[in-house]
Amino acid sequence: MNRRKIVNAAFWAACLVCLAVVVVPTVWMLIEVIGRALPVFDWHVLTENTRGNGGGLRNAIIGTAVLGLGVLLVGGTVSVLTGIYLSEFATGRTQSLLRGAYEVLAGIPSIVLGYVGYLALVVFFGWGFSLAAGVLTLSVLAIPYIAKATEAALGQVPTSYREGAEALGLPVGFTLRKIVLKSAIPGIVTGMLVALALAVGETAPMLYTAGWSNTAPTGELTHSPVGYLTYPIWTFYNLPSQSARDLSYNAAFLLILFVLLLILIGRLVSWRSRRHAEG
Amino acid sequence: MSRSGARAGPAVRWLGTASALVPLLPLVFVLATLLIEALPAITVNGLHFFTGTDWNPGNTYGSATVTRGVEHPTGAYYGALPLIVGTLATSAIALVIAVPVSIGAALLIVERLPRAIASAVGMMLELLAGIPSVIVGLWGAMTFGPFIAGYVAPVIARNAPDVPVLRYFRGDPGHGEGLLVSGLVLAVMIIPIIASTSRDLIRQVPPLPREGAIALGMTEFECARRVTLPWVTSGIVGAIVLGLGRALGETMAVAMVSGAVLGTIPTTIYATMTTIAATVVSQLDSAMTDFTDFAVKTLAEVSLVLMVITLLTNIAARVLVRRVSGTALPVGRGV
Repeated sequence: MNRRKIVNAAFWAACLVCLAVVVVPTVWMLIEVIGRALPVFDWHVLTENTRGNGGGLRNAIIGTAVLGLGVLLVGGTVSVLTGIYLSEFATGRTQSLLRGAYEVLAGIPSIVLGYVGYLALVVFFGWGFSLAAGVLTLSVLAIPYIAKATEAALGQVPTSYREGAEALGLPVGFTLRKIVLKSAIPGIVTGMLVALALAVGETAPMLYTAGWSNTAPTGELTHSPVGYLTYPIWTFYNLPSQSARDLSYNAAFLLILFVLLLILIGRLVSWRSRRHAEG
Repeated sequence: MSRSGARAGPAVRWLGTASALVPLLPLVFVLATLLIEALPAITVNGLHFFTGTDWNPGNTYGSATVTRGVEHPTGAYYGALPLIVGTLATSAIALVIAVPVSIGAALLIVERLPRAIASAVGMMLELLAGIPSVIVGLWGAMTFGPFIAGYVAPVIARNAPDVPVLRYFRGDPGHGEGLLVSGLVLAVMIIPIIASTSRDLIRQVPPLPREGAIALGMTEFECARRVTLPWVTSGIVGAIVLGLGRALGETMAVAMVSGAVLGTIPTTIYATMTTIAATVVSQLDSAMTDFTDFAVKTLAEVSLVLMVITLLTNIAARVLVRRVSGTALPVGRGV
């Protein structure tokens, strides 16, 4: 009896250690990045372009925003449509085959996607380092996440909503748009936020598809490389020059702020939809 | 399971065909591109690609040699064994640490922590999952690696006994770049995936069986081991495999903390090494200088190997989970 109590206490102590192992690295990382970035942070980081291995990050911030928007536009549209099909129309074998394909797609390492993007889009199609190559590669990366979130969100809409709409004689398209999709929107938005955080935080697949540019995106789809925030972190972090390393930490700081913002928006969306559902 | 299917029209048929192509097209495209690019490298590198340990691009300034119809720099010899070993070893270390830690933390979060703290920890997990891998790498290279090399590794290296397995913990503790630090950093990266999924699963275990176990006089530990965890095993296995997939393919963080040393299989756990993914990202620049393009093709071959490894892991997990229960694997990670 006594031995079992001791084992039980030891078990909870071990769990506490486990929790510490989860929490400590996160806090450590945050303190490290913020502690190193804040003292050297200056507003000109936001307003100046990168020059050599100094200057600011304006080009990278705009580039990241454009790439993120592109992913939401291309990957988002495609995957919401397939999510709708997967949840509403696909049956039996088709459904399980499609699901399997998505899971396999989600399992491809991002560096492999990036390398294929380089070989096929940049070299073979001759697009060069470009916005189109970067957005397409990142979209393929994001599609499984958004499609899965859409499918899950639609699956949670009660069947009685659809039956009610059908009993009222509403057309399928109208039911989908105004009733089913409307109640699933918070789930879809959360999925898009996850995919956006993922895409914006990627480095490996961007290095050889989007390239890097010291100026803001020109708006051209091909033959015009794009800057993004993860690039200076990877390229500048171990350079001897202090300004380069400062830039590296500033970029990391901005990315962490961005991820935090996305998480907060996600929480807000699900909180509002819950309140809406209850009220 | 068709919810609105009964009244579907031609638009739906179009949507169905299109959406069937969405995941299949990139899959086929990726496989085809890699195969076509890698084929010349496969014919020249042959089987010694999987047994050799040297990574030698050859003389990229001299004249080219033609072997079996493929042009490559004179003296080019590629052996990917160290990369494959490095990929598997770092992922193994990551799993050994991340699995018990994640499950222990998940149990504590669900069963012991007050709601407010549990929610704060949940937010922390989301944040950890959302932090870009290059930032984790930055932390690993600048702070965590030197910390391990300065305070932890020397202590272990001094005290590890000279017996099998533990023998690898002896020797030069290094400078904060290598197998151990890579494995630990990967563990930090896959913990949020496994922990948040385990937490959500454990939360869904119905209270009655657990209350029954406690009423029978089981301690909480026994209840967790005999009732709660068996209830969610298949889901947790799914999450673990998801984490494994992420660890196998993780690029930036490993490229920053592994030392990125080609050509040797690590002999101690502190030795510098590299993985397939880290090699692809750090070698492409120099591969582009190969005038015969053979180095780029060889990188396509290692990418293909990496993709096959992750696909096999995925399929193995699916078979394993299906045998345990009927639930599908979760896709993705929560942010």
